[in-house]
Amino acid sequence: MQFEKFNPLEDEMIQVMDETGEIVDPDLLPELSDEELLKLYHTMRRSRAIDSVALNLQRQGRMLTYAPNLGQEAAQVGTGFALKETDWGVPAFRELGMWLSKGWTVDKILQYWYGSEWGSHHGDDIRLLPVSVPISSQYQHAVGIGMATRLRGEKDVVMAYTGDGGTSQGDFHEALNFAGVYKTPTVFVIQNNQYAISVPRVMQTASKNYAVKALAYGMPGILVDGNDIFAMVAISRWAVEYARENGPVLIEAYTFRMGAHTTSDDPTKYRTDEDVEPWIAKDPMIRFEKYLINKGLLKEDEIEPLIEQFEDEVMAAYRSIEHSSDTEIDEIFKYHYAEMTPQLQDQLDEYLAYLKGADSNAQ
Amino acid sequence: MPNKINIVQAVQQALQNEMALDPTVVVYGEDVGVEGGVFRATVGLQQEFGEDRSFDTPLAESAIVGSAVGMAINGFKPVVEMQFMGFIYPAFNQIISHVARYRNRTRGQRHLPMVIRAPYGGGIRALEHHSESTEAMFAHIPGLKVVIPSTPYDAKGLLIAAIRDPDPVLFLEPKRIYRAFRQEVPEEAYTLPIGKAKIVKEGDELTVVTWGAMVPDVQKAVSNIDDISVEVIDLRTISPMDRETIVASVEKTGRILIVHEAAKSFGAGAEIMAIVNEKAFLSLEAPPTRLTGFDTIFPLPRGEEHYIPTPARIEAKIRELAAY
Ligand SMILES: Cc1ncc(C[n+]2csc(CCOP(=O)(O)OP(=O)(O)O)c2C)c(N)n1
Repeated sequence: MQFEKFNPLEDEMIQVMDETGEIVDPDLLPELSDEELLKLYHTMRRSRAIDSVALNLQRQGRMLTYAPNLGQEAAQVGTGFALKETDWGVPAFRELGMWLSKGWTVDKILQYWYGSEWGSHHGDDIRLLPVSVPISSQYQHAVGIGMATRLRGEKDVVMAYTGDGGTSQGDFHEALNFAGVYKTPTVFVIQNNQYAISVPRVMQTASKNYAVKALAYGMPGILVDGNDIFAMVAISRWAVEYARENGPVLIEAYTFRMGAHTTSDDPTKYRTDEDVEPWIAKDPMIRFEKYLINKGLLKEDEIEPLIEQFEDEVMAAYRSIEHSSDTEIDEIFKYHYAEMTPQLQDQLDEYLAYLKGADSNAQ
Repeated sequence: MPNKINIVQAVQQALQNEMALDPTVVVYGEDVGVEGGVFRATVGLQQEFGEDRSFDTPLAESAIVGSAVGMAINGFKPVVEMQFMGFIYPAFNQIISHVARYRNRTRGQRHLPMVIRAPYGGGIRALEHHSESTEAMFAHIPGLKVVIPSTPYDAKGLLIAAIRDPDPVLFLEPKRIYRAFRQEVPEEAYTLPIGKAKIVKEGDELTVVTWGAMVPDVQKAVSNIDDISVEVIDLRTISPMDRETIVASVEKTGRILIVHEAAKSFGAGAEIMAIVNEKAFLSLEAPPTRLTGFDTIFPLPRGEEHYIPTPARIEAKIRELAAY
C-alpha cells in the first residue's frame, strides 16, 4: 500500500516517464508486456483519431457540438486500462480513452455526439454509464453502484470521472463524503486539464491542488502526471486494488486541454499561445512514442500509416451511422416509462395524425 | 448612430446601462467575466467595470445563487447567470427555499433585489440538458417572478425592470432567437412593466397566447392566415400573469389557443386555461386549446424537429380551433 500515505500537501506529483520518454522512476514503472504497451498506445492513438475525424466532420457540418480530448489521452486510457471487465466506468463527458477501454464502440460514441439517444444504448452489456452532462452529478451514482456492490459482498470497483471545474459542485463533495462514510470501492478521478471552459485553475479553487480535497473525506488523494501513461497506469492499478480491498481513493490527473472546450468554444478569448506553448512538449503521445521507439516496439515511419488506418476506421464507423440515426417518431415517446402513459399515447397519435393530414394536403 | 441590436446584445446593453447607473449592480457566473459569457451576454462588462463588478465563479450554481442571496441582503443587486437553464437545478434548493421566501418570512424586513438570468429552450441542435423549457416549475414557486422576453426591445426594458425590481426575478432568455433578428432600441436605460403582456397583433376571432422563442413562429403562422382574424398576445411575464389582457382578448374573440414549447402537462398553458375558465367562461365559443411540446424529454438533435410546434402546425391548429 505504498501510495496510501501519499501526502498531497507535501509530496511531489508522481511521474514515471518524463517529457523526453526517459524513465525517471524505474521503481514505479508498471509491469507491461509488449502487447499491453502497444494496446495502450493504440487506444491513445484511436482516441486521437476519433477527435480528429469528429472535429473535421463538425467543420463540414456533419457532426454537432463535440468535446475533444486532445492532450488528455494518457489520463483517460491509463485509468481505463486498470479496470477489469467487471469494474465500472462512470464518466462525465470527456473520457473518450476510458470509453474505448470499457468497450463503448466507436460507432456508438459518434452516434451520441451526432445527436441520437441510441449512442447511449451501449448495445453490449458493458459496465459503463452514459455521458453525464450536469457536472459532477454522476459522482453520486458511482458511490451508489459501489454501495450495491458492497451489499452483495462483491468486489467490483467503480471509477468515476469529473473535471477540475467539477470539484466545485456540491455533488462532488457529497459523493466523496458518502464514499468515505460507507467505504465504497470508488476511485474518483479528477482530470485537471487546467480549465473549466474559460475559467482557469486559480479561479476554481484555493486548495494547493485538487488531490488534497481527498484528505477532508478520509481517503488517500494522489497527484499524478496525467500526461505520463506509465504514472497513470501505475497509480490507477494501485488505486483500483486499494479501492477493491479498502475503500475510496482520489486521483488528480494533472493534464492540459490542448483543444477547445467544445467546438462551440473559442479559447483565444481567454488564453494565449504562451499558455498553451509549454504543454505542447508535454504531449502524452509524443513521450510515449519516444519510449516505444527506443524500446524497438514502434518505428518512426509506422506512425503516419497507423494514424491513417485509425482515421479510416473512424470514418467507416461514422458512415455506418450517418444516415441511419434519425429518430423514429415513436421512439421520442416510448422510452419514458416501461409502459407508455395514456397522455403520451394521445400526443403521439395526435402528432401522427397531423403529419398524415399535412402529407395528404401537400399532395 | 442607430442602435440596432439583437436579443443577446440587448441583454448585454441592459446590464451595461444599469451597471453604469447603479454601483450596487454586480454581474457574475460561470465564464461571465473574462470570456464575457458563453453566449457573450456579458461581454465587455469586466473591462468596463472591473473584476469586482463582473467576474467568473467556480463551477457551482448553488453557490452562485446562494451567494447572490447574501449579496442582496447586504446591499448589492446581483445579476447572476446560469449558463443554461438545464444547469439551474443545483441551485433549485436555494431558489425555492430562500430566494423566493425571504420577504415573506421576515415580514418584509429583508427582501432580495436579485436577478437570475438563464438562456432557455430548444431548437439549437444541442446536447442533452441544453434544450428544455421548464418555466412552469419556477412560475409555480410563490415569491418568484418569471419573465421571458421575445424581442430585443422587450429584453432590454424588462431586464432593467427586473434589476430595479425589489424582488427576485428569474429572467429566461430565448436562446433560439438570441441572434435571429435586430431591432432599433433606445441606447439609454428604460424599463417595461413586469407582469404586462403585449398584444403583438390585434384580431377579433381567435386569441393566441405565447411567449419567448415561440412568438416569431406564431407570427409566421398567423401571417399565412388572412381569413381568420387572429389576436396574438406575447405574455412576456409568466408570473405574475397578466390576466386582464388575456381575459379581455378572450371576451372579444371567444377562442383561445396557447402555444408553448415546454411540455404540455402541468405547463403554463394549463394556468392560462384555468384563468380563462374562471374569468371568461361565458365568452367561450370553443374549448381552450393548447399546442405545446410533448410530455417527453426534449429529443436529441436527430429527432428534435418533431418537438417544438412548427409554424405549419400552429397554423393548422388555429384553423381547426376557428372551425370548431
Ligand atoms: C451543472 C452544470 N453547470 C454548467 C454546465 C456547463 N458546462 C459544461 S462543461 C463545463 C466546464 C467543465 O469543466 P471541468 O469540470 O473542468 O471539465 P472539462 O470541461 O475541463 O473537461 C461547464 C461549465 C454543466 N454541464 N453542468
